[in-house]
Amino acid sequence: MAIGFFVYKSDEVSPTDSPRLAKYAFKYGLDLNGGTELTYRADVSKIKSGDVGGAMSSLRDVIERRVNLFGVSEPIVQVENPGVVSGGVDHRLLVELPGVTDIQEAVALIGKTPQLEFRLLRSEAKNFTGEELKNKTVDEVFAPTGLDGQYLERADLQFTNGGGAQLAGQPIVAITFNSEGRDLFAKITREHKGEVLAIFLDGQVISSPVIQDEILDGKAVISGGFTPDEAKALVRDLNYGALPVPIELISTQTIGASLGQDAKTAGVKAGVVGFALIVAFLILWYRLPGIVASLSLIIYIILSLAVFKLIPVTFTAAGIAGFILSIGMAVDANILIFERTKEELKRGKSVHDSLHEGFSRAWLSIRDSNISSIITAIILFWLGTSAIKGFALTLGLGVIISMFTAITISRTFLFAIAPNPPTGREGQGRVSKFLFSNGLHF
Amino acid sequence: MFIINHRKIFFTLSAVLIIGSILVMFLYGFNFGIDFKGGSLLEVSYATNRPAAEGIKADLDNLSLGTYILTPSGDLNYILKTRDISPDEKVLVLSAFQKDPANPAKEERFNSLGPVVGSQLKTKAMIAIVIVILCIVLFITFAFRKVSTPVASWKYGFATIVALAHDVIIPTGVFILWSHFRGGEIDLLFVTALLAILGYSVHDTIVVFDRVRENLKVGNRKESFEQTVGNSVTQTFGRSINTSLTIFIALAALYFLGGESTRDFAFVLLIGVIAGTYSSIFVASPLLVTLEKMQKKV
Repeated sequence: MAIGFFVYKSDEVSPTDSPRLAKYAFKYGLDLNGGTELTYRADVSKIKSGDVGGAMSSLRDVIERRVNLFGVSEPIVQVENPGVVSGGVDHRLLVELPGVTDIQEAVALIGKTPQLEFRLLRSEAKNFTGEELKNKTVDEVFAPTGLDGQYLERADLQFTNGGGAQLAGQPIVAITFNSEGRDLFAKITREHKGEVLAIFLDGQVISSPVIQDEILDGKAVISGGFTPDEAKALVRDLNYGALPVPIELISTQTIGASLGQDAKTAGVKAGVVGFALIVAFLILWYRLPGIVASLSLIIYIILSLAVFKLIPVTFTAAGIAGFILSIGMAVDANILIFERTKEELKRGKSVHDSLHEGFSRAWLSIRDSNISSIITAIILFWLGTSAIKGFALTLGLGVIISMFTAITISRTFLFAIAPNPPTGREGQGRVSKFLFSNGLHF
Repeated sequence: MFIINHRKIFFTLSAVLIIGSILVMFLYGFNFGIDFKGGSLLEVSYATNRPAAEGIKADLDNLSLGTYILTPSGDLNYILKTRDISPDEKVLVLSAFQKDPANPAKEERFNSLGPVVGSQLKTKAMIAIVIVILCIVLFITFAFRKVSTPVASWKYGFATIVALAHDVIIPTGVFILWSHFRGGEIDLLFVTALLAILGYSVHDTIVVFDRVRENLKVGNRKESFEQTVGNSVTQTFGRSINTSLTIFIALAALYFLGGESTRDFAFVLLIGVIAGTYSSIFVASPLLVTLEKMQKKV
């Protein structure tokens, strides 16, 4: 009971602005909050098969960076690779932008191919204060050199061998330009020794080394405090920033916020009314066990909601439907137990024994029948788009939790309430038999 | 026993419904939504009143959209269905809806799917349905593996398949019929509802079979299999009806009060729950008896 109460409280508090608990506010899917979902097909035909995973992962990072530039709160960028598990044949990128309804701009921004640029820090920039720097554009601080991703041939991960003042074994990124790049690079390094040459990926500085000397062989080394993972990521980004994977928009979905809001309120209303009706039915038909079942149902709902918050499960319109369905099914386990108990009562057992029998016999049925629902939920999860996944999750989790609450909580309540057996005759009183039997027969 | 004794009637009823549903499928075809067909759907709403369709169509005709369908929806909305369009094209299309600056058209939702995506999804959906049915049958055969007399355990699985097929075909047929008159499409949500029905229907069936298994174990040797099944059905009848009733209540609330987007979904589930309960009580269990009698004759 303590858990139930605690869960209830945490549910109450999180909608308000307590920041720590606000993290646990419900997550709503696009069809309830409004927003856009874009699906791109990545053309990996020109990439060696071993590199595809890295390419997709790089693509994801780049796109995510761009989406973040767009100022969207909590965007989701995901790679979907083909295979038996995901059931597709293409490499795909899924982009979810909550609250964004102008898809034209979003698509334009995303559709650009990733950009690698080398820029020199302008001499005036040294004189800018920290405050001023924040407000300056990239162009004002860094001058373009004309050297960009199209000249890069490849980037490699290497480790220093400890000459001079360097420690050995530090990760560095070695880049190689193609022949035109080499010439351009030589010119830049010759003319700007001692200056900072910043490397930009999509408008963000990823490294800003100082030019030490003229470089004629078209090779450069970017060093400076990378962890091995950072260096690996940079190599990957450079290689694929320079070789973008072409992407093609294959599906878009936009829901306006007002439509989403309507769906949300409607769903909640349906849930509340449905619940109320079920409780009414339970109490009327099953009387005292009905009250117990209703209590157990309330706890089930609170527990489920808490689990949905913690995981977190994103609610879609279908997801709410799934939850409502699972409320209906949650009662099932309780009904099974009660019917069984009623039968045992008819056979003349005491209330306590009937309950006992009811629970143990019913458990097998409950377990088997709920497993089938779980199987369906798993397959639905595999099949679906994010909307369907929401349904599968709420249904699947709901079923599992309902099994739990029916067995543990109902059982605890009923045994607590049931009159004790040792005293024999009292337990067979007509009143308690009445309370525990059901329906309209007396 | 009533149910078992009159099983011929119930089988006939089921058969009629199934044949009817199949006929409806051929007659009206499957009205696939853009989830499966590809294409785009744009819903536009107006604040005060809705301009006439002809004016909008005149502008749309100039946009080389090919065939398109413009339907009014509710009091203030239009729904446009056409081939899949790029976001740039969508801007052009939207401008066709802007007739009066004082009464702007607001985009409510926009879905666009390339045809390849659509057909892939269709295949995936069909595979999903087949897999669910297979898994469930395997599961039941496994769960009832120890109950090999007098009916082999795989026959429980078989009876389940028939019940499940019944549960898939009849709601589909009803939905096609209903949507023919009321509008409605076969989309991903519909398939989801079907799969949910399959999952639920087995619930019911298992409860009855479970009782049969238990009665066989405890069993009165003098009781014929027919009687055992009959008793099991009677014993579980109350529980089946009650559970279905609670789910029915929940779904009815969803249908009447839930949003537009889940209305069709709730409808299919409602039909499915009825069909599922019916199939468990009136089809699956009597089928067991028939199978046993057939096997005796062999």
